[in-house]
Amino acid sequence: MSSSAALRILPCGDAALTVEFGDTVDPHLNALVLGLDDALKAHDVAGLQETIPTYRSLFVTYDPVVTDFNSISGLLRELAQQAGPKPKSPRRWRVPVVYGEDFGIDLEEVAKGKGLTADEVVRRHCAGDYRVYMLGFMPGFAYLGGLDQTIATSRRDEPRLVTPAGAVMIGGVQAGIQCIEAPSGWHILGRTPMRSYHPTRAQMFLIEPGDALSFYAMPRSDWAMMEEAAEAGEWIAELVITDEVAA
Amino acid sequence: MSILLIEEVGPATSVQDFGRYGALRYGLGTTGAMDRVGLAYANALVGQDWHAPLIELGPLPIKIKAKEGTIRLAVSGAMRGISLRGQAVAMNESFCLAEGESVMIRAARGGVFSYLAIEGGIVGTPTFGSFSVHRRAGLGSPFARPLEGGDQLEVGHASVMEGERRLPAPALPDGPIRCVLGPQDDFFTAETIAQFQATPWTISATSDRMGYRLEGPPLAHARTANIVSDGIANGTVQIPGTGQPLLLLAERGTTGGYPKIATVITADLGRAAQTPVGGVIRFQAIPIDEAQALAREQARMIAALPQRVEQLGGGSLSSEALLAGNLAGHATNALDPALT
Repeated sequence: MSSSAALRILPCGDAALTVEFGDTVDPHLNALVLGLDDALKAHDVAGLQETIPTYRSLFVTYDPVVTDFNSISGLLRELAQQAGPKPKSPRRWRVPVVYGEDFGIDLEEVAKGKGLTADEVVRRHCAGDYRVYMLGFMPGFAYLGGLDQTIATSRRDEPRLVTPAGAVMIGGVQAGIQCIEAPSGWHILGRTPMRSYHPTRAQMFLIEPGDALSFYAMPRSDWAMMEEAAEAGEWIAELVITDEVAA
Repeated sequence: MSILLIEEVGPATSVQDFGRYGALRYGLGTTGAMDRVGLAYANALVGQDWHAPLIELGPLPIKIKAKEGTIRLAVSGAMRGISLRGQAVAMNESFCLAEGESVMIRAARGGVFSYLAIEGGIVGTPTFGSFSVHRRAGLGSPFARPLEGGDQLEVGHASVMEGERRLPAPALPDGPIRCVLGPQDDFFTAETIAQFQATPWTISATSDRMGYRLEGPPLAHARTANIVSDGIANGTVQIPGTGQPLLLLAERGTTGGYPKIATVITADLGRAAQTPVGGVIRFQAIPIDEAQALAREQARMIAALPQRVEQLGGGSLSSEALLAGNLAGHATNALDPALT
């Protein structure tokens, strides 16, 4: 699957490119992306600036004064073929969510669309074993795979111009956690007080691509206290390091 | 240190520098100046590093005052009228604001963003090496938001340079905005790619530092308007389901799920960003090696700016301003070959 035939390197202007391993949402493709990303951290590639691991491609920015598209593509192609998939991460986040009502304004509608009760949608959302495929769009926004397909709901026709910080959402086959207020066409099932991005916290970002993640329901009566703690810099979500996964 | 008081200011005016690098992978975009040539020119005039933090002026007027100390300033980028002590001050020329004095910088003409640089720089705390304001992320220094009337900035005192300086305005090409096709140009037919380049696109009023909406006959997708989300470069032209292109700029999201037909070349990013609402942009695809040669040429031009700064002689500021205005025309022509 990491054969050179499947690999495409496409220019994104004159100072960035994308190394494309495929065009689907697939944990193996994502592991190849993260494998190349790790390889780049270990190698000194002239002119390389930053990377964004995405579902199925690695976005790379570089300085065209130092290198050029052909030289850096050649190096990336070689490294991609050597790197192989990144082993499963031992990190798992347990993320508390207040579901429904004014915290999850779309929960009832999603349930109705599936012929389920709201409680059943929550149960299925919490039962999911999610993989963080990527962080993108806005700071700390986590794109998750692993949504129970029986509650998958296509995006809203009319995106909302503002959706709240901490919104726990589903859009098509994806799930996500939004960190800061932003426009979105996804359905909001609930909100988490966790801030995967906090500009003044010692650890500005919590979640890494490749991490595992699961949700659990928290009582809304705890919201104010938890939100205050998050604002003060507490992580809120629990990070569990499992040693079951070796290479 | 001195204190600069923002007396009156319009929207979209904020502290910016070269941008914030190091957290793209967590969804934190680079932001930074919309027009890096404007950034570099203004900074060169007051002896700052070309990428140093300064005030990026949105299209509307701004009035600022030296609340404490004497402050040396320079304005580059989109053309503006500047008045100090009832006299006109030239663009691309440094000037001093004595304690208690105010300078009025009027609305941009034929552009969008101007750059107000300050000798000695702005005092603040960088995040990932940058002061650049990222409004949505709540980052930026000394204020994590655009500037508002009443804001005070601690800045360097006019003390290092002897006299004033000028730098002839950059000569910019006025042809189409050049771009490199991709990464998803294969989501469009050859006819659509030709239509993309033949259309005069009008900048919509709903544009901002995140991106410019382009109005014109919609572009058709050959396959689908949805892709599995991937990374977005500065200057990316994304084609959403409506077929109306979005030119994504400094404060863009880092990833997106619509096909990207092309990306504006580094050397033309500032020129594209300087197109005002209602103005027209045309695109022309060029080979990537040509784009990278132009990027290198622009980097060399920016690096050489400090050597091109000219010292102004003695005499009153107003006569110098007039003189500089006349001379600048000749000097710009003479330098054309170096800049294109």
